[in-house]
Order: sequence, then C-alpha cells, then structure tokens
Amino acid sequence: MNDNHILIRTVGLTRDYAMGVEVVRALRGVNLEIRRSEYVAIMGPSGSGKSTFMNLIGCLDTPSGGQYWLNGLEVSKMSDDELARIRNKEIGFVFQTFNLLPRATSLHNVELPLIYGGVGAKDRRDRAAAALESVGLGDRMGHKPSELSGGQRQRVAIARALVTDPSIILADEPTGNLDSQTSEEIMKVLADLNDRAGQTIVMVTHEHDIAAHAKRVVTLHDGVISSDRAQAA
Amino acid sequence: MSFLEAVRLAFGMIRAQKLKSFFSMVGAFIGVTFLIGVVTIVNGMDRYVKEDFAGKLFGINTFTLRFRPFVNVGQEPSREQRREWNRRPRLKIADYEALADQVDPRFLVGVESMSNVETAVGHKRSTSIEARGVSESYFRIRKIDIAEGRVFSQPEVEHGADVVVIGSEVADKFFAGVDPVGRTIRVADFPYRIIGVAESQGKVFGISLDKFVIAPYTSQIKRVVNPHNVVDGIIVKAPDIPGMNEARAQVEAIMRIRRHLRPGQADNFHFETSDDVLSFWANISNILYTALPALVGISLVVGGIVIMNIMLMAVAERTREIGIRKSLGARRRDILRQFLVEATALSTFGAALGIVSGIGLAYLVNVATPLPAHVSLGSIIVAVFLGVGVGVMSGVYPASRAARLDPVAALRFE
Repeated sequence: MNDNHILIRTVGLTRDYAMGVEVVRALRGVNLEIRRSEYVAIMGPSGSGKSTFMNLIGCLDTPSGGQYWLNGLEVSKMSDDELARIRNKEIGFVFQTFNLLPRATSLHNVELPLIYGGVGAKDRRDRAAAALESVGLGDRMGHKPSELSGGQRQRVAIARALVTDPSIILADEPTGNLDSQTSEEIMKVLADLNDRAGQTIVMVTHEHDIAAHAKRVVTLHDGVISSDRAQAA
Repeated sequence: MSFLEAVRLAFGMIRAQKLKSFFSMVGAFIGVTFLIGVVTIVNGMDRYVKEDFAGKLFGINTFTLRFRPFVNVGQEPSREQRREWNRRPRLKIADYEALADQVDPRFLVGVESMSNVETAVGHKRSTSIEARGVSESYFRIRKIDIAEGRVFSQPEVEHGADVVVIGSEVADKFFAGVDPVGRTIRVADFPYRIIGVAESQGKVFGISLDKFVIAPYTSQIKRVVNPHNVVDGIIVKAPDIPGMNEARAQVEAIMRIRRHLRPGQADNFHFETSDDVLSFWANISNILYTALPALVGISLVVGGIVIMNIMLMAVAERTREIGIRKSLGARRRDILRQFLVEATALSTFGAALGIVSGIGLAYLVNVATPLPAHVSLGSIIVAVFLGVGVGVMSGVYPASRAARLDPVAALRFE
C-alpha cells in the first residue's frame, strides 16, 4: 500500500469552541487514516466530538489545530472558496434530516452539486437522472420531497451525494429519521455502493446496529479516539 | 454557478414566493411610477407654458404697450407702485396712429381694447363673452385664422363699420346648426353684422380662448369698452427676436417724445411680453424640478428599505437552504449572486410595471385635468436606473449576510 491510497489523514486534529469565557475543547487531537474503499463508522456518545469531527472531515468547518489531508491535499489551510470547491468535488453528504430543497424536484435536488460544479445543463440532467436510477428512483424524478416517503427522500439525498462521483460519502446519522425497516434498506444501498463500486464511506452514528454495517468502527470519547477496530460486515 | 443559473434560480424563487415577491416589487414600482408621473407632468407644463401658453396669450415676437402692467406675475406691487400706476396717462388712439405711422414698416402695429359686455342673439344672452375692439392688423398679429367668412378691412375700420368676427364657441352657442355669417348679433345692445367666424384657438389651462367677438375699434362698442379715445393696448409684432427688441426701442423712443419725458425720467408706460410670464414660470419650474424629485427620492428610499427588509427575512427563512447549498459546494459569490439577482429581478419587474403605470398616470392627468403631461424618455431612463439601483443596493446587505453564513450553523438552523 502506498500513501496514494490514503484518502483521509488527520494529525493531531483539534477544534475548540469559545462558549463565553470558557473554551470547550471538542476535539483534543485526533489521528486517523482512512484508505480508499473503506467503510468506516464513527461512533461515540453525544458530546464525544463525533459531529465536530464529521464537520471537519466534510470541510464544513476548519480545525483549531493539527492537520487534515484529503486525497493528498492539505485542507486545514484552505480558504472558504477552496473548501467550497472541495465539498463540491470530493465529498458527498448524506444528512440525518435529508436536507433536500423542499420546493425543488428530485431531479433538481440531485442536479444542484453539478450546477455549482459548473457542469452544462444537458450533461447535468443526464448524470442526475442516472444517479436517481442507480438508487431506484428513476420514476420519481419530477416529485418534490413532500411527495416522497422518508426512505425515498434519503435515496434522493444519496443520489445527490453520488452524482459528482466524490472521493468519500459522508453520512451523518443517515437513518436517524427513518423506521427500522427503511433504515435497513438505506444501509443496504450504502453497503452496495461500498461493495460494488468501492465507494469510500464515512458514517457517523450512535446506533450499534447501524454501525454494524460498516467494516471498521472508530469510537470517539471526549474528543479523542478511544477505539479503532475492523469488523466483518 | 453561471449567471444564467442564478437568473433561473431567482425566477424560480420569485415564482415560488409570489406574495413576498409582489411586496418587494411594490417598492421599486411606486418610486418609478411617481418619478415618471411627476416629471411627466412638470415637463408637460413646462412645454405647455413655453410653447402654447406664452404663444397663445402673448404671441411670438410680440409685445403689448400698456399704460401699466395688465397681468401680474410674481410679486404683488407695493402701494406706492399702484399709486404711481394710477397716475399714469392712458394710451390714446392718437398714440396708436403715431406709432403705426412712425415705426419701421417691418413691424406690424395693432390696437386692442377689451371688455366683457352683454352679447345677445334673439332672446339668447351671454355675459361671459369678451368684446374686443381692434385694428384690422390684429388678426395677423394674433394669428387668428378665419374658418368661415372674412376679417374686416381697413376701410371698414376707418368708417367704424358695425361688423364683427366671432369666436367658434360663440358661433356654437348662438348659432348651433346655422351659418352665422350675415346674421346679426347685439353687442352691448348695438346690432352688429357677423362677417366671419374664427378658427378655434383652443384652451389654456382649461379656459376657452374662443369666447370673443371682435369688432373694429372705431365701431359702436368704443362707447362702452373704454373712455373716449382710450385704448387698452398697442400691440407690435416683429418678424424675430432681435426685431422685437428693435421695435421696442423704437416704440419707447417715440412714446417718450410724445409724453415729453426728460432723460433720466422713468417710462410711464409698460411693455408686456411673454418674458414676464416665462421668467415667472422658470422660477416655479425650478422649484418643482428640485423639490419633486426629492420627494420621489424619498419614496424610492422607502421602497429600498421594504426590499431590504423582505430580503433579510428571506435570508433568515432560507438559512437552512443556504447551508444545504454551501454543503454542496456553493461558494460565497454563488450565494451572493443568487440573492442579488433576485433583488435585481424584483426591482426590475417593479420598475417595468412602474413605467407602464407612470405613463398611465400621465395619460390620466392629461385626460382628466387641464394639466398637460408629456412623457420624456429621459425621465423613464432615470426612473429605471433609480428603481433598479435601489433594488440592487438594498439587496447587497442581505445577500452578503447570506453569503457569509457559516455552513455548519446554517445546516443546524431550524
């Protein structure tokens, strides 16, 4: 294995928040490497820093200290616009609350990252349609989120995450708002992506049975990694 | 994200939030409407006063010699001034004859005296008709064309013939459906033979200029219109403006000699020209042109504040959407552009509607009131620039706030 296969590398990553006069140290030095095609679950109780860690990995936030390399690029020093470009090209988000635009159709929701990536209209539509097909929603392209079930919405979100062909998919409690049966379906979609396409997935969850779908589980505790183990999917 | 995408996005938003969009538009709309409306009316009045009013009432390159100012524009005269005016000698027919004889023949000299007297045909009567006693040159000086019949001739004036030319409204009033030429009209109880009907002179500020009867100044009405041998005004028309000044100098010199005025003594007669009215109007229109746009400016500022408020609300309401867009790779400038294009599009729509309704307002004023209105391209251009400018300016702050939102916080926003 050479370094090229390391997709995510953090060294001594810290993030402090000023809460009035007090400084909350949400992350106290996280060292982690994630290789291409891994399926990693990040676990931990609330307050463990997993959300903060996920925001840093997703380039939505910048660290207070330490370094973060994504795909060989040092992200921790980037400007706002560069971070936006990284989010657009390298990362596909899947959120607990889906975060679809309520007034837009499925197709338009999936097109969005391509719009910001500067992809032409025709190409964009084709790719968005293909992404929706791949999550089994080829017949729901003209529907708005309010006309879809929770599971379908999350599939639209997954299609949106996939459409730019990102280096990693970042899923933040992707089943948090779904019933258990739908949750299983969504987990199967993610597992398939990892198995068949070798898609790298990082998933934040606090549920053990959801984390059980991943091949590696990293547990955070009080802002540091307390355990990191591989598991059979 | 391309500009085209931003426009498409903005239009989608405007369609989706119709009511809110409508209110944002109203800001620019009202400002532009009033700006165009107001400028249009002031412009129209300006043109009207300069071209029609002054020309119709005073004549072009024409002045009238009077013993004292006849119409007062601007400041009220002082008591001394009035007393001095009242002491002045009146103008006499002899003055007219001397002037007509002595000024350069390039200049047309006429005389006029006027008074409202009772006019009657059969048992129909009117007291609102103005009787004028004039010389035959009057028609050429005042540009009164004849629709039917003829004007009176020099011999008729010399003999004091009881002939009369009537205004079109007089013809309509007394002779609906019949030809008035050759019929008799009683002016101050003197019977006159109608020899012509004048072409309509139109209106000035809604007042008809066609309610007159014109007779030779030597005819019977001289007994009622003025004291013996006195005339109201001696009118002189020159071919052009330098000519008018020359004519005025000649008339002044002749009059001073006739009145035995010593050098240094002031004229005891008055020249009435359209300049008095025009300079008075220039004062009014200057005030209007300064004050009214300022008022309109206030309405635009209010409109801008409305737009800014609504945009700020929209940013607050769409915080989560902004977070989502940022998480998908929207840069600051993409968000900025989205909101700016939206504000611009709304104010442009508003401005466009404002143009239509501003022109409509001008049209309405034209039709419903005697005030004339004239839409100028300049006012439209200025109004559009201001309307759209206000939209963009008031969109900048909300848009930059949206663009600077922290994506993590925005995504968490409920």
